[in-house]
Amino acid sequence: MDNTTLVALISISVAGLTTGLGCIGPALAEGRSVANAMQSLAQQPDAASTITRTLFVGLAMIESIAIYCFVISMILIFANPFWNHFIAS
Amino acid sequence: MHITPDNTIFWEHGFFKLNATIVWTWVLMIVLVVISRLVTRKLRTDDHPGRWQVGLEIIVLGIQDQLKEIGLKHPRTYIGFIGSLFLFVAFAALCTIFPFYEPPTSSLSTTAALAFCVFLAVPYFAISQRGWLNYIKTYLEPTPVMLPFNIISELSRTLAMAIRLFGNMMSGSMILGILLAITPLFFPVIMSLLGLLTGIVQAYIISILATVFIAAALNSGDDEQPKNIQHG
Repeated sequence: MDNTTLVALISISVAGLTTGLGCIGPALAEGRSVANAMQSLAQQPDAASTITRTLFVGLAMIESIAIYCFVISMILIFANPFWNHFIAS
Repeated sequence: MHITPDNTIFWEHGFFKLNATIVWTWVLMIVLVVISRLVTRKLRTDDHPGRWQVGLEIIVLGIQDQLKEIGLKHPRTYIGFIGSLFLFVAFAALCTIFPFYEPPTSSLSTTAALAFCVFLAVPYFAISQRGWLNYIKTYLEPTPVMLPFNIISELSRTLAMAIRLFGNMMSGSMILGILLAITPLFFPVIMSLLGLLTGIVQAYIISILATVFIAAALNSGDDEQPKNIQHG
């Protein structure tokens, strides 16, 4: 197996694994936070605006972890620096 | 398939490249400025303000109320910065309904520039409100040992802000492109609806985060608590 094939093989499998494994944690965390926010909304409907705003900001923070993984996957597939290096040489 | 609109180059002369990001950013800015200029040219305070003026008032007052709720005591000082941040990102996301348009926020250069503006705006507002010494003192709180961690958090949240917006907007157009190749007819429509929703949510989030950072830099070290925490 030459270098180019090896780089392609490893990049593609790692790209899938990155998003796949990296989304597990944020998914669990988002589920927990939304469930807790629903519970607090049911208990205190008056504080709805504060709870919703904090929930959105928190969700964005959590979601950015998954987005980092996604960006790394996209770089590995569409803009891979190692692949470009081996193609050029 | 390309990962950013930076790669679509319309015109090139030596060092200067006119790519889709720059073109669409300028188109958006010109449209926003011209609309605001036309609406605010003849403002009226009597009983018949006109539809456009009422629409603009709803937007401005809505943003102002949001800023006040988060804990900025004088939202008029900050609405120029945070409001334009929100309007630009939201408008860039909404315009994806037009064909041949690529949101400039799906390029890392644009989002990095926006995040850098927030990075500069936080010390600017904090220093202009509280003075140099008080601002620098917030880096030594709660103890001077935390100084490197405070600096790291300042840098990492800027990076996170840039990559979050870029990732969300880029994933929208990327998923659309992939789905068009797999299931061409119906499913991409639903995903583009979802893309509009995420675009608006991201615009909301980036402006809320900017507000929270500015409010934190203004309020930290004060003895009085922000009101919404006391009653919450």
